[in-house]
Amino acid sequence: MMTALDFTFLNWNVVSNFILKGLIFSVQLTLVAMIGGIALGTALALMRLSGKKWLVMPAAFYVNTLRSIPLVMVILWFFLLIPLLIGRPMGAEVSAIITFTIFEAAYYSEIMRAGIQSVPKGQVSAGYAVGMTYKLPVLLTQTIILFQDTSLVYAIGAYDLLKGFEVAGKNFNRPVETYLTAAVVYFIICFSLSMLVRQLQKKIAIIR
Amino acid sequence: MGKWDWQVFLQDTGGGRTYLEWLMSAWGWTLSVAVLSLIVALVVGSLMGILRTTPNKWLVLIGECWTELFRNVPLLVQIFLWYHVIPSIFLVLRGVPSIVLVVFALGFFTSARIAEQVKAGIQALPKGQRYAGLAMGLTLTQTYRYVLLPMAFRIVIPPLTSESMNIVKNSSVAFAVSIAELTMFAMQAQEETSRGIEVYLAVTGLYFVSAFAINRVALLIENRVQVPGMIGGGK
Repeated sequence: MMTALDFTFLNWNVVSNFILKGLIFSVQLTLVAMIGGIALGTALALMRLSGKKWLVMPAAFYVNTLRSIPLVMVILWFFLLIPLLIGRPMGAEVSAIITFTIFEAAYYSEIMRAGIQSVPKGQVSAGYAVGMTYKLPVLLTQTIILFQDTSLVYAIGAYDLLKGFEVAGKNFNRPVETYLTAAVVYFIICFSLSMLVRQLQKKIAIIR
Repeated sequence: MGKWDWQVFLQDTGGGRTYLEWLMSAWGWTLSVAVLSLIVALVVGSLMGILRTTPNKWLVLIGECWTELFRNVPLLVQIFLWYHVIPSIFLVLRGVPSIVLVVFALGFFTSARIAEQVKAGIQALPKGQRYAGLAMGLTLTQTYRYVLLPMAFRIVIPPLTSESMNIVKNSSVAFAVSIAELTMFAMQAQEETSRGIEVYLAVTGLYFVSAFAINRVALLIENRVQVPGMIGGGK
């Protein structure tokens, strides 16, 4: 037994009114969290490799704590705490951007740490560049995971790609079709990116 | 926000039990979802990982498609597919409880990652072991069963341990389809009591404890199955 699927309502109007807005936010969130996360993550990695206890300890605490809490809980924590700290409410979208940057930094920092450590001592300046190109595919893979994880802003009701599909589905009473389309869109984006990473890996393997 | 108020957990929820009792039952749901999904993920993931190392290119293709499919769609979207889409396409599945659907969603999602690890574990073995097995007259299945897998599984215990800890964290996504697990508890109890910090701290603490417990169990298994003189042996 099957029910008939009907995708005809998904025309350009619906896409531009509901879905594009969400896609733009998801991409924005991914890019900001990636750039901010890599910057902050590199700082954390350098702190952990500094050998100075007062730098190593807080950085290790930061990374280990965030990596052991479910992302959804981290999103909820920040959504609760930021308004308490700044004394006024904060929109779900801005809260999500702050949360993801801080959260992803913990994951990027582990990649950067491994990248820096893989460079033999004595070739530091030349080696940094090599180490980083080597880590580029890993950083990108983490970014694909990050893009998938942005869908979890659902917990605080931010308007992202998934939410866009969900709202469209509710409006036209076609939730099955919209969830299915959402899955296909996420798959196409993530699969293409991972193919790109694979190409890059091959190139780097040749260089090395 | 004022002082701590841990007594919030002794308040009645209005449903004849305290928040503490609700918290404990939510913890039970989290652990059930995690453990059941882990079983699904280990079985399916191992199978797919093994398929990807067989000499048959069709089996390899099946394993690869499986991995790509379940790795490139966000977990939350996969949960929605299981919850909203699959039962309305296959009407037979209408009556299936949502916990079962979530277990399959999380299990299949994680199986893609486990397949990757198992494949890497088998490929990490010297090729000679496979050839030796086949040359001795073992069938391909026997070679896997008696020669390759016993070592490959030992190699992949550390990455599987971290996947098992991830599954506890990822079970939190089940809140989206109203499974009464820890994150769902956190959201609802926060709203009802306005004691968000206490509620979130308790929930976060239980996630820590659960992941740590899984880590210890995995370490125990790793030590028990250790082959003397081999990788990780004689610590």
